[in-house]
Amino acid sequence: MAVTICTHPFNPYEVLQAYEATHLHALGAIGATSLFIGTMRDFNDGDHVKGMTLEHYPGMTEKQLDKILIEAQNQWALIDSLVVHRVGDIFPKEPIVLVAVWSSHRGDAFDASRFIMEALKSKAPFWKKELLLNEQERWVAKNSHGYQSS
Amino acid sequence: MSIKVHYFASLKESIGRSKDELIFTEPLTVYDVWQQANPDKDRPNQILAAVNMDYADWDNPVSDGDVVAFFPPVTGG
Repeated sequence: MAVTICTHPFNPYEVLQAYEATHLHALGAIGATSLFIGTMRDFNDGDHVKGMTLEHYPGMTEKQLDKILIEAQNQWALIDSLVVHRVGDIFPKEPIVLVAVWSSHRGDAFDASRFIMEALKSKAPFWKKELLLNEQERWVAKNSHGYQSS
Repeated sequence: MSIKVHYFASLKESIGRSKDELIFTEPLTVYDVWQQANPDKDRPNQILAAVNMDYADWDNPVSDGDVVAFFPPVTGG
């Protein structure tokens, strides 16, 4: 179980491979790996967005993400879980967040992955400030609902 | 007792500072901390509070050495 806050761009596939190589030795027990990658869009609320800055509360962010992963471990039969999240200046197409969950069966991996992502969206203290094409800056007021299509 | 206060994101910008350090002699709640630190500002709508990096209600008590944080709804992920 691990939480990493990244100040620089990261390749989620490389992170995943490195984590599996160093942390997951009982690979024979793994029957399901669920991987979610959130990337930055170049639009929001009808406007083109050319970049954004992600602020966070150091310490509380890690504490809340640890609690979310522990809650997931308690609720589902997981072998391991990993969250990697960017902070700082981010640009369209760059990964913002990686959630990976390993389990023996797909139901646990799928459901825990969704739970972790939705809990992160509502509890982990990150804040996005968007930079629009006209150089205007604006704070994102709230996250969209994860179970609605827009 | 001494309380550290942190502000984040749009709240930090609207207040114009990122932190305060307050000294109190009476027992107090999270809401009291907000009022003492920002006597000329009503509590903004939707602002969340944390004590020692855990979410807290506004009527939660705070103790000597606690770190209180105020911030808008989170928007990560």
